[in-house]
Amino acid sequence: MLTAIFALLALAVVFGLILGFAAIRFKVEGDPVVDKIDALLPQTQCGQCTFPGCRPYAEAIAKGEAEINQCPPGGETTIQALADLLGRDPLPLNEEHGEHTGKTVVHIIEAQCIGCTLCIQACPVDAIVGAAKQMHTVIDDECTGCNLCIPPCPVDCIVIVPVEEDLQSWKWPYPAMASGDKRP
Amino acid sequence: MRLSSPFIFASNSVTRIMIWVVLALIPGIVAQVIYFGWGVIINAAIAIASALLFETLILSLRKRPVAPSLLDGSAIVTALLLAISLPPLTPWWIPFVGTGFAIVIAKHLYGGLGYNPFNPAMIGYAMLLIAFPKQMTAWLLPVMLADHPLTFSQLLQYSLHTHLPNSLSLDAVTGASPLDLVKTQTRLGQTIPMVLEQSSNRFGSLAGIGWEWINVWFLVGGLVLMARRIISWHIPLAMLTALIVMAGIFYLIDPNLYASPLFHLMSGATMLGAFFIATDPVTAATTVKGRLVYGALIGVLLYIIRQWGGYPDAIAFAVLLINMAVPTIDYYTKPRVFGEGRGN
Amino acid sequence: MKQPLSTFFGGLHLKGHKTDSMRQSPKVLPLAKQLVFPLDQHLGQPAEPVVKFGDKVLKGQLIARRGGPISAAIHASSSGTVIAIEDRPINHPSGMQATCIVIETDGEDTAVDSNHFADYYNAEPAALRDTIRDAGIVGLGGAGFPTFIKLTPTTGKAIETLILNGAECEPYITCDAMLMQTRALDVLRGADIICQAVQAKQCLIGIEDNKATAIAALHEVLQAQQFRHPIEIVTIPTIYPTGGERQLIKVLTGHEISARQRPMDVGLVCQNVGTAVAVADAVLQGQPLIERLVTVTGNGIKTPGNWLVRLGTPLRDLLAPHDIDCRRHDIIIGGPMMGFTIDDTQAPVVKTTNCLLIQTRQVAMPAMPCIRCAECANVCPAQLLPQQLYWHARARDFDKIQDYNLFDCIECGCCAHVCPSHIPLVQYYRFAKTEIWNRELEKQKADRARERHEFNLLRHELKKQEDEERRRKKKELLNRAQGKTESETDSKKAAIEAALARARAKKEAMAVAPKNIDQLTEEQQKQIDAAKARRRQHEQDKV
Repeated sequence: MLTAIFALLALAVVFGLILGFAAIRFKVEGDPVVDKIDALLPQTQCGQCTFPGCRPYAEAIAKGEAEINQCPPGGETTIQALADLLGRDPLPLNEEHGEHTGKTVVHIIEAQCIGCTLCIQACPVDAIVGAAKQMHTVIDDECTGCNLCIPPCPVDCIVIVPVEEDLQSWKWPYPAMASGDKRP
Repeated sequence: MRLSSPFIFASNSVTRIMIWVVLALIPGIVAQVIYFGWGVIINAAIAIASALLFETLILSLRKRPVAPSLLDGSAIVTALLLAISLPPLTPWWIPFVGTGFAIVIAKHLYGGLGYNPFNPAMIGYAMLLIAFPKQMTAWLLPVMLADHPLTFSQLLQYSLHTHLPNSLSLDAVTGASPLDLVKTQTRLGQTIPMVLEQSSNRFGSLAGIGWEWINVWFLVGGLVLMARRIISWHIPLAMLTALIVMAGIFYLIDPNLYASPLFHLMSGATMLGAFFIATDPVTAATTVKGRLVYGALIGVLLYIIRQWGGYPDAIAFAVLLINMAVPTIDYYTKPRVFGEGRGN
Repeated sequence: MKQPLSTFFGGLHLKGHKTDSMRQSPKVLPLAKQLVFPLDQHLGQPAEPVVKFGDKVLKGQLIARRGGPISAAIHASSSGTVIAIEDRPINHPSGMQATCIVIETDGEDTAVDSNHFADYYNAEPAALRDTIRDAGIVGLGGAGFPTFIKLTPTTGKAIETLILNGAECEPYITCDAMLMQTRALDVLRGADIICQAVQAKQCLIGIEDNKATAIAALHEVLQAQQFRHPIEIVTIPTIYPTGGERQLIKVLTGHEISARQRPMDVGLVCQNVGTAVAVADAVLQGQPLIERLVTVTGNGIKTPGNWLVRLGTPLRDLLAPHDIDCRRHDIIIGGPMMGFTIDDTQAPVVKTTNCLLIQTRQVAMPAMPCIRCAECANVCPAQLLPQQLYWHARARDFDKIQDYNLFDCIECGCCAHVCPSHIPLVQYYRFAKTEIWNRELEKQKADRARERHEFNLLRHELKKQEDEERRRKKKELLNRAQGKTESETDSKKAAIEAALARARAKKEAMAVAPKNIDQLTEEQQKQIDAAKARRRQHEQDKV
């Protein structure tokens, strides 16, 4: 009886030491999970998830402080990818954070712009160029469609435009379903 | 409008394949009728009717269009293969329950045609063999050996009411198949030549009266399928070769204990299995190398079960067990992609 | 030089349907009233217009220059006036419109002056390549890859052999066969010039054995004329898709070139016979690529044949003599195995338009489930497992499908042709390919956005630090000026000052103030007020 207890204790101590040593010796620098989550997010930096940008949201997911369904721009695809990565069940998009719309960018109606630079300061990806009292314009290719520039604009001259499909982004449609075969 | 090329097609279809399979089965079925009476026809009729019934039921339950799946003929082929494998003297509910199990459980619960990992007919057969061993092991004696060969109406009577003519008992009309005979007698300590001599009237010229010719005609049907390019040669050749090699090795070691390769080739359901059951495209391996491996494994397993297992014949179990290995076989036998893995 | 032919795995014996369109020699299509030139009609970057609305242009004049390193120039195919640069229907499977230069022809057909090489034998390879580049020549076999790039050595490996592709393996198409028959001398001269341009030692012309007349015509010229480079005409078996670049190379040389290699890596260059003629025209006549042969055929066409067509001619003009009903006929650009349907016949003939196939529309057979019969794998010339590709494409499993080498698929259509379940396999692969490319593009964009955002954060951080630093220095200066005697009161003052500064900084950081609302013009003020009113209105609406 006593020997058994001692043996178990000894084992516990030995393995505890090994584990403790391993934890220190093989410590992973940084947090690769956050990087992996961040890589799946659309990087619109729109803050609809209630976090100030994609990386803070990724950190919150990694810590378990946020659900994986708070990213409207990413929509189903992102939720599915996150679910696969984290081994969780996919959830429907949380409507509180917004709806998943097609890809959009913003345009500045240049005739109305007064050159106040507010939108430039709001843009998380520096996609608006212009200077004080000069007309501003959006670099289409860099705009992520986060719409963060719209609220600060004093003259409401920023409009949302959907991104049109072009020859480069055109995709062959998924073939119509086989008969007797309705699964996606 | 059709969106994507190509815009011209070979005149091939699932239905055409299934029709050819049914046609190629006919010589073997006719041979079965000649040697064992009309029982196979009765079983086939019941099996096909119940297959269509179950297919319709399950498709409407799954809310899928019924007509295309019924017309593709796959249910009929499943029913026919099961009916051919059944003993010719069975109560009606044996083909009925077997087909139901094959169609509902083995085929549609896995997603229907194309998605079932196991050969439905063989699943039905295996279920019947395990659940109703008595009904499933009573084979009729060949017509020419029976004192009172059963007529069509007598067989039908038995099928519907499990009722034999008053003068006959079940034991009088049924008997062990040659495979069974060899197995049980060698286990009782007799040598194969002794068994063959004792029951020389049962063994015909190759591997048992009736059985040998049924196998020959299934072989002919199978060769027709190959010639029509409905099935490829890989699976039957690999399976039969493996069977010959296995039987050959042991026959050379001790011909008193182990039957000859020819006996194994020509008895039981060897040819039906090699050309019609193992070649079911849905459940077989799909790569060229994979098909060779798949066929060979079935051949080896078939011999092992026949020789040392609990059942006299083993097509169903051999095929089903190797069906399980198909995804793995396919994965490890991916062909070399054009331009890859060569010196140039 | 003689080498036994190789074979490639898979492929199909297809009915040719070629004799109907080969009965007559090519006819010249009358000049169209309007010519439409899509800027994006080759692989790579679209061309950039060098003409503007209202410009007068001449036949053969450059109207759009190369838009990047991989791009091709576009020339006017007749004289006239630029009446628009706008979105027009083009022939593309999407049915989308794209930017085109539209020229209204004046009927004069005045050509621009041209220079040509009198003696290409002794021309510099680079000069020949430049001529080919400036003539806007792209691969005329179908893909439209700019030719000069394929002719520019990049690997340092010497080019051994030029392979001229005269296989034309798709059913119905006969423009290459017709070209070899009627312009055999130019095919061979073009081959000779390309050999000179890449310094190849020899040229092999691979032609399927169903084109006996073309083979005879080439042999005749080859015997009668002298060429600088040895040219050999090789008759090859008619198996679809022998005309695929990699398949043809395998048949002629035995080399298997993977999807990750280029023919140049093994010292080969492969060109279409049509491209060779275009090269001959450019080098010997100084004529850029402005016309080509187009096969018009199919069961919807009463008199199938080949037409010499100016590039930019609307397809409508080609179909005008025939009674074509878009509801009854499929209009297919290219062959029946790899072409695509279009709806709008206003789309123009472009450099890669080799065939216009009009077929009576058939009811598509409904797709059945895959029974894994592997017929597709038996015919796949890329030696893939189409059934597995289909399985993963159907499940949208884009990682798995690449494990099965989706991008080695050449979309030849053999698999879908033989599929007993009538599954549109090629469409599944095209769907998966475009989907993967798109995701790749989106990922690149997301990565760029992430970088820009991180830089944006860093910049804000740096600015904050800078401001802090400035404030600290200012304070120090202040302290020094006031002297150290009043150190006690000073430190108190400094503490208050610092607190104020912090508060100010915080306030600044919290709310960014408009930088220029202090000196507004009246108009701007009005705009602001109007906007505020709008917003209030919105708020009220919401409530």
